[in-house]
Amino acid sequence: MSDILDMTAVELAAAIKAGKTTAVEATEAVLSLMEERDEQLNCYVTVDKDKTLAQARAVQQKIDAGELTGPLAGVPVAIKDNMCTEGMLTTCSSRILGNFVPTFSAEAVLNLEKAGAIILGKTNMDEFAMGSTTETSAYGVTRNPWNTEHVPGGSSGGSAAAVAAGECFYALGSDTGGSIRQPASFCGVVGMKPTYGTVSRYGLIAYGSSLDQIGPLAKDVTDCATILEVLASHDEKDSTSVVREDIDFTSALVDDVKGMRIGIPNDYFGEGLNEEVKTAVLQAAKVLEEKGAIVERFDLSLVDYAIPAYYTIAAAEASSNLERFDGIKYGYRTPEYEGLHNMYKKSRSEGFGAEVKRRIMLGSFVLSSGYYDAYYLKALKVKALIKKAFDEAFGKYDVILGPVAPTTAPKLGESLADPIQMYLGDIYTIAVNLAGLPGISLPCGQDGKGLPIGLQLIGDCFQEKKLIQTAYTYEKARGAFPHAPSEGKVVCGLGREA
Amino acid sequence: MAKEYETVIGLEVHVELATKTKIFCGCSTAFGGAPNTHTCPVCTGMPGSLPVLNKQVLEYAIAVGLATNCEITRYGKFDRKNYFYPDNPQNYQISQLYLPICRNGGVEIETGAGGKKTVGIHEIHMEEDAGKLIHDEWEDCSLVDYNRSGVPLIEIVSEPDMRSAEEVIAYLEKLRLIIQYLGASDCKLQEGSMRADVNLSVREVGAKEFGTRTEMKNLNSFKAIARAIEGEKERQIDLIEEGKIVVQETRRWDDTKGESYAMRSKEDAQDYRYFPDPDLVPIVVSDEMLDEIRAKQPEFRTEKMARYKEEYDIPDYDIDIITGTKHMADIFEATVAICNQPKKVSNWLMGETMRLMKEKEMDPEDIRFSPENLAKLIALVDSRAINSSVAKEVFEVMFEEDVDPEKYVEEKGLKTVNDEGALRKTIEDVIANNPQSVEDYHNGKEKAIGFLVGQTMKAMKGKADPGMINQILKELL
Amino acid sequence: MANIISDETIEYVGILAKLELSAEEKEQAKSDMGRMLDYIDKLGELNTTDIEPMSHVFPVQNVFREDVVTNSDTREQLLSNAPEQKDGMFMVPRTFE
Repeated sequence: MSDILDMTAVELAAAIKAGKTTAVEATEAVLSLMEERDEQLNCYVTVDKDKTLAQARAVQQKIDAGELTGPLAGVPVAIKDNMCTEGMLTTCSSRILGNFVPTFSAEAVLNLEKAGAIILGKTNMDEFAMGSTTETSAYGVTRNPWNTEHVPGGSSGGSAAAVAAGECFYALGSDTGGSIRQPASFCGVVGMKPTYGTVSRYGLIAYGSSLDQIGPLAKDVTDCATILEVLASHDEKDSTSVVREDIDFTSALVDDVKGMRIGIPNDYFGEGLNEEVKTAVLQAAKVLEEKGAIVERFDLSLVDYAIPAYYTIAAAEASSNLERFDGIKYGYRTPEYEGLHNMYKKSRSEGFGAEVKRRIMLGSFVLSSGYYDAYYLKALKVKALIKKAFDEAFGKYDVILGPVAPTTAPKLGESLADPIQMYLGDIYTIAVNLAGLPGISLPCGQDGKGLPIGLQLIGDCFQEKKLIQTAYTYEKARGAFPHAPSEGKVVCGLGREA
Repeated sequence: MAKEYETVIGLEVHVELATKTKIFCGCSTAFGGAPNTHTCPVCTGMPGSLPVLNKQVLEYAIAVGLATNCEITRYGKFDRKNYFYPDNPQNYQISQLYLPICRNGGVEIETGAGGKKTVGIHEIHMEEDAGKLIHDEWEDCSLVDYNRSGVPLIEIVSEPDMRSAEEVIAYLEKLRLIIQYLGASDCKLQEGSMRADVNLSVREVGAKEFGTRTEMKNLNSFKAIARAIEGEKERQIDLIEEGKIVVQETRRWDDTKGESYAMRSKEDAQDYRYFPDPDLVPIVVSDEMLDEIRAKQPEFRTEKMARYKEEYDIPDYDIDIITGTKHMADIFEATVAICNQPKKVSNWLMGETMRLMKEKEMDPEDIRFSPENLAKLIALVDSRAINSSVAKEVFEVMFEEDVDPEKYVEEKGLKTVNDEGALRKTIEDVIANNPQSVEDYHNGKEKAIGFLVGQTMKAMKGKADPGMINQILKELL
Repeated sequence: MANIISDETIEYVGILAKLELSAEEKEQAKSDMGRMLDYIDKLGELNTTDIEPMSHVFPVQNVFREDVVTNSDTREQLLSNAPEQKDGMFMVPRTFE
């Protein structure tokens, strides 16, 4: 079956169920594409073909026996390398976890496996999810399948690129400040960050615990809703996991936005936003308006304060979360040291990369004696204000619409030199994490170089269904978005006409 | 003229709670497992693991707070205390700084001259214990065992209200009694389920400001605490007298050497960077929850003493000793409930039990015999199945191994011989073999009968009722 | 106002965070941290009097477990990633002076 790789996850599962293909055939097809392309793209940090094929055979047996009947049964998936997978290397793209093999799997991974997923491997990411380009990985950069001179975004860059290149049918990412939505945007795929607490964080190696949330990266909105339905669960092992009744997300796959109130924050269209991105996003808003949505502009306020508040909170939490990497229980220990404290310092200094160290230093400083109130507590108060601003907005609107990032994917090597400039790229995604909201990113066009542009829809807490419905309606109107070129060349043309 | 100094002492008391499982995971808190066999990803800081609070920990903490007259915090949180040490697997300890579960309480203690004073409790907070480090001489390294990591603790922080070692001991004994009565911990200092750190400063009598304080750790008996307080008081006074200053620091008490030394390292910044743990959610204590815990509070010592006075005809002194520990009071009440003989039960506890405890240097908490067996023993004596000296013998075995006295008496053949014929025959022999004593008796030496009873008892191997012997002897003589 | 980060501060934070930076990294860290703090100081523009600091975005509270033993001995797994171990324990540089 030559076109098997063009199928969406839901289409593939249906084809397997109908006996038109098998989980093993699909897995073999992906693995062979991976062999061709991953040397260049470097989407994966770890792949274990034999194990994957064995799992594919086992899953197919269960499908044949009628034990697995779900909408994702038999579909191969890629997992971001910050989620624990029992018996499979989990590195967070860091040297410090270079040899770490978890003894248990993340709850999200278990949920997928229960639904008949086949784990292809672990995808590359910014080290400990700190970064926006996947260039801070200790295991090399991942390249954007649309143009290999460009970054795939980050931190879930490996997952987004793998979906875009067809090196998996869907992938899991994690989003702390935009780490699912922004790479989805840069790679022309659909990515969703659910409401905080919807997907268990058990087994997700924490970066900023109050902000981290696992979500899907997928080929279209239907896949995205279907995957989220499988991922969402109340987990007693995660105290911040929420009990939700309304997780039948696929019921929101409705092609209709009549009466949907959509707000466009003026603050998201100011200085720094690339013109092509702006045009494409506003064009998408127009499409939704034509489909019957009520679209209005409004002032969200406080947008400029989200980044400093975010970096204070995330760095503080990260500095504490990453203390456990000390060369004692697992991971890297420096070969030569004098005494305990020297062992700690050398292991950590050699094990962590520059960006991680930068954030640990900042986080340790803002929590240190005498500065806690001025920085950390202040940031938590600003967070409360930002949440309030969103609450007010959602009093008026069902959905907030805007860009995902100010630009399309930058070239490799352009971003890391100036950290603050890089942090500014998160301006439209970060507030969503501070307020715990759901957000979805889906392709809405391409720039002059053919690089995808993403549209972001933001909903109130627990209102994923409104996002899914709006995104699905837009996607229908937009028509199929082109696939990334198979050789890393640039394909031009706007998706709408495709 | 020498200046007079006053010692100002505050305590930080850590108490290991008597839960079945750890504070944030389902691992057992049982003692004695092989190293690292009571562990899981949570209590060993594995990447991706997350904590979930054990409800019983909260309930015990609130119960202790209520019993020590604290205000219960209605909206509480856990905070992370960040410091690197191998026994601390996450390199942060989950504790409470900003919103501890209890605040502003106090307990009344008796001071030396029969006076009373209240020692204020600044706060009580919940936290996790650390693992254990074992030094390996052979390899010149340390080994880490996380079995104790995550065992629930409460830390009771007093106000600096104590002025002497005696007051400190009185305060600790009071706390221990309350917590034992609650069943929240066994509070054994030697085993580390109760640990006290002493904050101490000295100042000239009459001074308004406190002096600089030090914190003393590693105190694992009341005696060590008393010695450490004396030692530290003298050290600080000497420094001041020599015109030197007291440095605010943590010191480790070495009880065998009788001195303390500073636990300092340039790698310890003592800056714990506390912040609310984002992995745990706030604790909201409702009126219902509080009422429920309040309703479950046991009868404390004062109430118990009053009730004993009312219900049982036993001396005040006995009541004082019996209610002095929860375990003793429990045994007393359970035994009385079976046999309904408070006086006899009290006698066993005050007499033989206390004697054996003293002889074996045991604490009342270590008493192992069951109320059922003590009641059986009392019944055996009452029914004259055994005599009192056999009973003492049996009790000693029971005290050691908690044997069933009925079975034991049966197996060892200790039952009093109630066969009058056999006894009469033995007494006849004794009379025949001791003509001198018989003569003495007839000559009015009443004491001689005692010798004859003793001889009979010896011949009966102790298994006779002395009353019956007396009666038959008199008859035959 | 610009934040000037001193050598002492970098040294101190290094002790807290257990990171040992090279001379070059230290200079970089001083400048990075100074710039980040300048940027974070922007938060000072907002009046946050009477605003409660928000750690959790929505009111999930009182999540408890029952006091029931659920875990069994998994020591072998626990130690499977240890850089060094002995007698079922993690081996570390000596901690006693």
